[in-house]
Amino acid sequence: MLVLCPEVPTPGFSFENCKRNALLENKGFTVPKATKTGTTIVGIIYKDGVILGADTRATEDTTVADKNCEKIHYLAPNICCGAGTAADTEMTTQMIASQLELHKLYTNRVCRVATANQLLKQYLFRYQGHIGAALILGGVDVDGPHLYQIYPHGSSDHLPFITMGSGSLAAMSVFESGWKPNLDEEAGVLLVRNAIAAGVFNDLGSGSNIDVCIIRKGSTDYRRTYDEANKKGIRQASYRYPRGTTRVLSTKIVDVEEVSVQRIEPERMDTA
Amino acid sequence: MSILAYNGGAMVAMKGENCVSIAADRRFGIQAQTVATNFQKIFEMGPHLYVGLPGLATDTQTVMEKLRFRKNLYELKENRRISPKVFSAMLSNMLYEKRFGPFFVEPVVAGLDPKTYEPFICNMDLIGCINLPTDFVVGGTASAQLYGMCEALWEPNLGPDDLFETTSQALINAFDRDAISGWGATVYIIEKDKVTIKNLKTRMD
Repeated sequence: MLVLCPEVPTPGFSFENCKRNALLENKGFTVPKATKTGTTIVGIIYKDGVILGADTRATEDTTVADKNCEKIHYLAPNICCGAGTAADTEMTTQMIASQLELHKLYTNRVCRVATANQLLKQYLFRYQGHIGAALILGGVDVDGPHLYQIYPHGSSDHLPFITMGSGSLAAMSVFESGWKPNLDEEAGVLLVRNAIAAGVFNDLGSGSNIDVCIIRKGSTDYRRTYDEANKKGIRQASYRYPRGTTRVLSTKIVDVEEVSVQRIEPERMDTA
Repeated sequence: MSILAYNGGAMVAMKGENCVSIAADRRFGIQAQTVATNFQKIFEMGPHLYVGLPGLATDTQTVMEKLRFRKNLYELKENRRISPKVFSAMLSNMLYEKRFGPFFVEPVVAGLDPKTYEPFICNMDLIGCINLPTDFVVGGTASAQLYGMCEALWEPNLGPDDLFETTSQALINAFDRDAISGWGATVYIIEKDKVTIKNLKTRMD
């Protein structure tokens, strides 16, 4: 019966564990925090398009979980997006990117940035801010360059220069003093670099390297690790342990070529 | 106290030259009381693919069973081995589906690509945010200590023997400073032609 008529899994989020987790929480066990990217992300409009920038630090509480993560995500060939709470941003942008690709194939047109903005904000608004994706959306379409700022609750702004994340204040101070309309590309990239660097050095939640993405009409130039703002330096000595340091109790070597079928012994049912 | 620290446990995976390692402690406890010292936290998902699931022990086993089921379905449907990259994406999506009621595990994946034998390691948080570094990943209650150990000991292009020594020492010295992990350790060294599984002698206190 089940083979002929399989249960169709419900799409969307599953709330299976919620009751159990709430019970655990009531017993005094705190719910762990997910990886957050205390971030600096910025975007500007310049003469020929938009420039996005991001730092590359991911933090879990005060621990640096990833020293070189990617915060500028792909949405469409002409649209990129920078971001906030790690898993939410990653998953949201992946899903919207797939929707935009289908939309592009269906309409035979290059996606507009406004379309991406609308899809993102409607999705985020539906979840009333529980999906913690804070985004800067930038791209070039038939209407020219566009830059949107999207909050987790689903509001959006259309602005010429934007900063977001915990380092946004430091980055905005750079933009407020240095941004002008119709900047050329070199000056634009430098301004973005300086804004991210301000976040990296003045905000503890941001750090490591600087990624830059330049989107012009018809071309996108993603410069991963545009500037390595923090070099570790070369280690002078090796701390390698000599072989045989670790005491081994037992060794088992599995020859991979020979093992092609693996049998898992069924466990006996507990009838006690 | 966090739910992730209810049972305790430490886990680490490292990249080497044409090989990867994954290692974990063997303690299963209920808060400060040690219940067993032969608990399995690393599971085989293919000849070159292993997944470690530190966190709440009940979820370690539930997630492992769900993963094994989905991996088996994939391999039957596709008639080929699952690659570590695809496996991680599957795990990530499985965890993110439970975004608002998560499983309390922070998985670590280590393996070699079934075609190219390219080393692969990654870890994710409990809602499936993948982290793909070039050196090492850690998980569990001793993760802060492990970060310190790995940052000092790891170096690029370690061969299987040196990788074993580095991984083992990083793990042992990290969980000796964590009260709720330790009590033995298992290290897996995954190479193209063989997988070496070693149980280590450690402090039992």
